[in-house]
Amino acid sequence: MSPARLRTHLHGWLLLLPAAVLLAAFTYYPAIATVLDSFFSTPRGARPSIFVGLDNYQAMVQDPIFWRALDNNILYSMSTIPLTIALALLMAVWVNGKIAGRPFLRMAFFTPTVLPMIAVANIWVFFYVPGYGLVDQVLGLFGLPAHNWLGNEHTALACLIVVAVWKDAGFFMIFYLAALQQIPPQLREAAALEGAGRWYFFRRVTFPLLMPTTLFVLINAVINSFRLVDHIIVMTRGGPDNATALLLFYIYQVGFKFWDTAYAATLTVVLLALLAMLALGQFLFLDRRIHYQ
Amino acid sequence: MSQISVRNVSKHWGVMAAVEAVTFEAAQASLLVLLGPSGCGKSTTLRLIAGLEEVSDGRIFIGGEDVTDLPPARRHISMVFQSYALFPHLSVAENILFGLKVRKTPKADRSRRLERVASLLGLGAQLERKPSQLSGGQQQRVALGRAIIAETPVCLMDEPLSNLDAQLRAEMRHEIRTLQQKLGITMVYVTHDQSEAMSMADQVILMREGRVEQAAAPDHLYARPATAFAARFIGTPPMNILTLSPGDDGTVIAGSQARILSQPVEGLLLGLRPEDVTLGGEGIAARVLNAEYLGADTVLTCAVGSQALTTRISGKATSAPDAAVRLAWRPENLHFFDAASGHRRDDVAAFAATDPGGSTQKRLA
Ligand SMILES: Nc1ncnc2c1ncn2[C@@H]1O[C@H](COP(=O)(O)OP(=O)(O)O)[C@@H](O)[C@H]1O
Ligand SMILES: [Mg+2]
Repeated sequence: MSPARLRTHLHGWLLLLPAAVLLAAFTYYPAIATVLDSFFSTPRGARPSIFVGLDNYQAMVQDPIFWRALDNNILYSMSTIPLTIALALLMAVWVNGKIAGRPFLRMAFFTPTVLPMIAVANIWVFFYVPGYGLVDQVLGLFGLPAHNWLGNEHTALACLIVVAVWKDAGFFMIFYLAALQQIPPQLREAAALEGAGRWYFFRRVTFPLLMPTTLFVLINAVINSFRLVDHIIVMTRGGPDNATALLLFYIYQVGFKFWDTAYAATLTVVLLALLAMLALGQFLFLDRRIHYQ
Repeated sequence: MSQISVRNVSKHWGVMAAVEAVTFEAAQASLLVLLGPSGCGKSTTLRLIAGLEEVSDGRIFIGGEDVTDLPPARRHISMVFQSYALFPHLSVAENILFGLKVRKTPKADRSRRLERVASLLGLGAQLERKPSQLSGGQQQRVALGRAIIAETPVCLMDEPLSNLDAQLRAEMRHEIRTLQQKLGITMVYVTHDQSEAMSMADQVILMREGRVEQAAAPDHLYARPATAFAARFIGTPPMNILTLSPGDDGTVIAGSQARILSQPVEGLLLGLRPEDVTLGGEGIAARVLNAEYLGADTVLTCAVGSQALTTRISGKATSAPDAAVRLAWRPENLHFFDAASGHRRDDVAAFAATDPGGSTQKRLA
């Protein structure tokens, strides 16, 4: 290699180095270390960590709380994802139209996204307070009795779902809004000339043209639904009776409350595998049906 | 019978009048061109006819029915947009069939009509492709197909050829005209290109700043422009408009001795088409400023007094810049306009001097 080319290569690598170091130190090394840790026991006091093969995974399969968290998470995902996406799309279509106060509405819908998670959770804790919280006060107007929303096994998870939808819908709306503005207005006019109604146009033109955005939003929504932890810590701490324990919260509990790091690593590996599978499936299944501009 | 009648229609955006008191009629199965410079309100007029915009004032009739308050879908029209407005995710066939599907036309009928339109436009091999996989000309054809498959009596087109290259434009121009005549469609065609208007139109509506400047057939528009604006807008190179000034014994081209009228008249403009000016012989004296060689002919710009005059001569001009030449024309090719209003003044044509140079030359009758 000539000196000039060598220098070009050297410069290239030097420029990449800072980013590469950061990625290696904070992404790749921890990821590989986690996978390795899941095959070892947790070191405790005088007992060092030893290789245990698949023992951790076996323990996981027999762990009822793991299954509870997985069930909760599936229920949580299956409700938050469609609700969030539908609401985001609805709001985007609405604020994209010609209505009075459009900039104000856009801002209003986006506000929940800007608020810090912990602040949001605290506000909602107050809404759900039995008796004098906002929810009970409103229901009280209709003569309904007070209810311990977050303290009840049957309503606690639903409460978290509502908060998540409320928080994420505005964020996803922004993506839909951007995509809607990419659709040339002549398409609507051309359809109007043919007599296509609003719903027909939405179904045959707008929605298919939004599919790339929907895929993007869907993958983000799936990831979001599996990495929720802050709301739970503030609002329910996984209770009552693990009714609101989701996977990541359970990992947090195992790792940093019970200090069973090897088991936490095992759970993490399973969560990552699950997410990778979902993302891959979405891409392979949906990508072929999507029209990209 | 007139198929489309636009009566005293205005459109205001706030205080700005995009279209002001526009009136015209399009005869059945004719091609009417809305012509004018960019921003003069052609598209707005077309969109008013389509019902995509609401009129501020006036009425619009299509097929004898007052459609002013009807939605676009009930006006029995089709439209081709400048951007084509094809649905990017649908195949060519789906794009063309879009309207028929909306109206739930029976399947057998749909495929019969699709086949006919595809063969008419030569799109048979492209039916399964997406618009992004087509060339500009093919996309244009799809847009055309979507308009004619509806079999509506009226078709509106907004600068449909402006995104095509020059050669394709000439081809499509011919194709659209043939199609319009073959199918007997009443067409309103918007363009800013006067050559497109001249070659296609039965009737041209020349617009300027939201108003109708002149409504006439192409040959009439060329032969008798109603205003100096119309005179300059039609023809390439555009008509010469020279300032005249009253002289000692008649009216002359400003700054020269070239006598145009035998009577002195104030505030007059002279219009003279470059192709009506001939070089040599015993015309008026002029000095060559610049020669632009175009192949078949040369556009020669000459100075006459304080005015510049272009002439179109066939072949390659031999006159070099600064050469002295003589320019001549026939009196019947002179057009006179009022300098203040721009309106045509035929009343002064009777005074046209037969000896523009002021000499006693005799020219071809
Ligand atoms: N939706 C609109 N809002 C405000 N002004 C408009 C709108 N559409 C067109 N105009 C104005 O109306 C005038 C005529 O526009 P248009 O009909 O598009 O001209 P053109 O002859 O180039 O097609 C222009 O000055 C344009 O800026
Ligand atoms: Mg226009």
